[in-house]
Amino acid sequence: MNALSSLVVVLLLAGVAWVGGALALLRPVFGLAVPGLAAGIFLVGVATRVVGWARTPVPFRIPTTCGQQRSLPWIKASWIECPWTRSGVVVRMALEVLLFRSLFRNTRGAITTEPVAQGHGTPAAAPEGFPRAARLVYGEQKWLWLAALAFHWSFLVVLLRHLRFFLEPAPALVGVLAAVDGFFQVGAPVVYAADIALLAALGYLLVRRSSDPQVRYLSLFQDYFALHLLLGLVATGVLMRYYVRPDIVAIKQLTLGLVTFAPVVPAHVSPLFFVHLFLLSVLLAYFPFSKLMHMAGVFLSPTRNLANTSRMRRHVNPWNPPVKVHTYEEWEDEFRDKLEAAGLPVERE
Amino acid sequence: MRDRHAIIAALIVFFVVLTFPIWYARAAGTTSRGPEPKLPETEKTCVMPVEYMRASHMKLLLTWRDDVVRRNVRTWIAPDGKSYKASLSGTCLRCHANKAEFCDRCHTYAGVTPYCWECHVDPASIKGSGT
Amino acid sequence: MADQTPSPEQLTQVDYRPKGKSWLDPHVEFRKGTYCYSAAPKNLTYLGLPNPRQWQPFDQDWKLPPDWKDIILAGMKERLDRYRSFRLFMDICVRCGACADKCHFYLGSGDPKNMPVLRAELIRSVYRRYFTLAGRLLGSTVGARDLTEDVLKEWFYYFYQCTECRRCSVFCPYGIDTAEITMIGRELLTLVGCNINWVIEPAANCFRTGNHLGIQPHGFKDSIDFAVDELEEITGVRVEAPINRKGAEVLFVMPSADYFGTPHYYTLLGYLALFHEIGLDYTLSAFASEGGNFGLFTSHEMIKRLNAKIYAEAKRLGVKWIIGGECGHMWRVMHQYMDTMNGPADFLEVPVSPITHTRFDHAASTRMVHICEFTADLIRHGRLKLDVSRNDHWNVTFHDSCNPARAMGLIEEPRYIIRNTCRTFHEMPENTIREQTFCCGSGSGLGTDENLEMRLRGGFPRANAVRYVRDKHGVNVLACICAIDKATLPPLLEYWSPGVDVAGVHEFVGNALLMKGERDRTTDLRGEPFASAKEDRAHA
Repeated sequence: MNALSSLVVVLLLAGVAWVGGALALLRPVFGLAVPGLAAGIFLVGVATRVVGWARTPVPFRIPTTCGQQRSLPWIKASWIECPWTRSGVVVRMALEVLLFRSLFRNTRGAITTEPVAQGHGTPAAAPEGFPRAARLVYGEQKWLWLAALAFHWSFLVVLLRHLRFFLEPAPALVGVLAAVDGFFQVGAPVVYAADIALLAALGYLLVRRSSDPQVRYLSLFQDYFALHLLLGLVATGVLMRYYVRPDIVAIKQLTLGLVTFAPVVPAHVSPLFFVHLFLLSVLLAYFPFSKLMHMAGVFLSPTRNLANTSRMRRHVNPWNPPVKVHTYEEWEDEFRDKLEAAGLPVERE
Repeated sequence: MRDRHAIIAALIVFFVVLTFPIWYARAAGTTSRGPEPKLPETEKTCVMPVEYMRASHMKLLLTWRDDVVRRNVRTWIAPDGKSYKASLSGTCLRCHANKAEFCDRCHTYAGVTPYCWECHVDPASIKGSGT
Repeated sequence: MADQTPSPEQLTQVDYRPKGKSWLDPHVEFRKGTYCYSAAPKNLTYLGLPNPRQWQPFDQDWKLPPDWKDIILAGMKERLDRYRSFRLFMDICVRCGACADKCHFYLGSGDPKNMPVLRAELIRSVYRRYFTLAGRLLGSTVGARDLTEDVLKEWFYYFYQCTECRRCSVFCPYGIDTAEITMIGRELLTLVGCNINWVIEPAANCFRTGNHLGIQPHGFKDSIDFAVDELEEITGVRVEAPINRKGAEVLFVMPSADYFGTPHYYTLLGYLALFHEIGLDYTLSAFASEGGNFGLFTSHEMIKRLNAKIYAEAKRLGVKWIIGGECGHMWRVMHQYMDTMNGPADFLEVPVSPITHTRFDHAASTRMVHICEFTADLIRHGRLKLDVSRNDHWNVTFHDSCNPARAMGLIEEPRYIIRNTCRTFHEMPENTIREQTFCCGSGSGLGTDENLEMRLRGGFPRANAVRYVRDKHGVNVLACICAIDKATLPPLLEYWSPGVDVAGVHEFVGNALLMKGERDRTTDLRGEPFASAKEDRAHA
């Protein structure tokens, strides 16, 4: 239901953009005003969100330790998984951000009644009536990690390749990136590996979300919306690169008009390009209000970006309020007779 | 919080990187005028309408290549009924004689490196080499 | 165990395919065996907590204050402004579902709202509705829900069905920690008087008497004296166990179960024997007679209120530093909260072992050392005479308690002690130990008998791994360093993996420790004959 409705919304958005791109009157709106506005919303929205997080204090040092602490010198401590230095935290965060370290741990657990496989040693005799058949087993589960990694990295490559539309003269480095991405020289125009990876990863994520019973149950409209929006964006891009060629030179004029604040809407830009641009604009404008903010949030997670130095160095809570405690004196007063009867020392006789 | 300044600094760095095209355009004096390929003086029309040629000339060239190299068909009939010799050097370059002033202007602008010239020879370069 | 307890066959009929309507429907059925009873009004009153009254979760009317909704929403607002963790975790979850089958309660129950992601969504849906633009405008389309009494009941059910073990946080790509969300959720529930007695009564007891069990100072002294007598009976050595003694070098703080529960008690005997043998200048305190802190399961404020006595007592007694006993959630508090809340402990000194002169720099600020760190250091320096054969009747595996593993990284110290005091040791499978350890299923105040079915379900992943090493290696004891573990794992294992006992690490130390002047010992601290003694008898 959510999958379908979000698809319909994305298709509607695409339709609107197609019409906008086809009508000369609306082209400046969809070519200039909307992208400009979306970029503004993105910048202001992301800044507001991040500053909001930054202004919220971290009252306690609560890292999730995933390895041996630094304690006694002869015990090998895990400087990345349980860091106590700044460099350890930096490496831990880098692994998290660049390689999705935590997601890599993923397993699949489930109860099974299958008999224990041979070669696991001879099990001792089980007590009478004991349901030895039912047990929990865990399997490797790396596909989510792989798809997530493939999606994020190939998306970055595709974004960087798009710099050729935003930079004039186009730097050689962008050409080198495109050459590397198209290294296999399959087809003409050359097929980019990142395009394939991006589509495959998004496809996997969508199929997983809509077919895995648990993930489908917990998925919301916005989870599908983000995927459909990205798929729409990538699909229109792929269409334009490999099938329905637009006037690249005119497109670059438009993008350069945007970045030089000298807007132009050249004629002869295909409506498909307007769909692509509009879906990107929607993505940018939607970004700060959505879960996509994990892009910034991942850096701020207190369970990951703090060193496990809780007992080494005092962490200060800026709002640490006074609380009502039960003092020793009150306690002694209440139990004085019993303390004295038991022969325990007291402060005041 | 002690980390507030660090977070805001990182945010600013991120925004500077993100708006890099704007700074780059400033520095390079980029305009949105676009490239100006030098059009032939002898002919007024190309084998296909100019809109098609702007966006999809590479598709036509690939069709020609496949016709000639794989099917041994050397003549191409345009939608308007005129027939042309399917040849990059024989047909295209006859009018668009100057690669540097025609082809390269847009290709450089769009950051495209077509592999036409891995096999074909730019006539200008032959003249330049004096052979 | 009550008669209506389901059989293992019934409990392992778990279907992981979610059934029924969308999770947005908050309706919960309070089925016997899956929830805890409400907090008694006297306990709330004693602690000055809101809305004390007679009620039970299965009641239709929860007797909430008329403005309960405003209280909760204002409470959320306040906490969103105070905890970056809470705000961030509300904002950035992408619902990838990697956490789903990492939760022991989900694995054991198949209830989709026990997937950590959905547990958080219970509160996140309300956050969306009242604190985000999209939620205000689009409502349930984007997973936003009105705060209704049914939602509050659902919160109660599921936030008291999370043991704050942090296992999901290890697997989350953003480190989203359900323990944080559950802690905030419980704080909010506390604001309108929806608590469970198994948490609030120990907290109230602790506030008054100094310990969860409500043992008064003379009772505390009796228990310790009794342990001293018992240790003398077993070893022939009379030890000193000073209480409230000023001027000692070290204050020793342990969970109260250690001097009142079994098998905790054997761990206490282990501590007493050890401290005597190395001649540690220490004192116990009848006021700081509890290291555990059920405030952790109530609210951040309550953590601080209950924890204050530790430093206060250390200061009053004039000790130089503190050693803490074997307890899981106590160490979460000591390690991650105490110094921030009740420090700085500038009246103490950086801990230095008087025996080995090791400086515990990792505790330079908090100035409190875990007993396992302390003992591992003693063993490493060869300062203990140990006869490992005296633990030959044990075939050991080690259960990492959630908090030492995932909030401290205390992983190798207890293993080092076990390896040096026991000859047979087998690890459970890789993904059930260390940072991936499974909770006992009864942590965070859920270890009460009316909640037994849920405890057995939640404890199944742990018990399953124990059963594996029992069958494969003949393991007969599960070692652990947590008082809640020691209380709740025995019935759990009796149910799922009979034939495996539970023991504290310092029980093995006490068994193996060769004490000066001891008599020819034939039994361990439990009074069970040593393996060698058994053989002798068999040969005779």
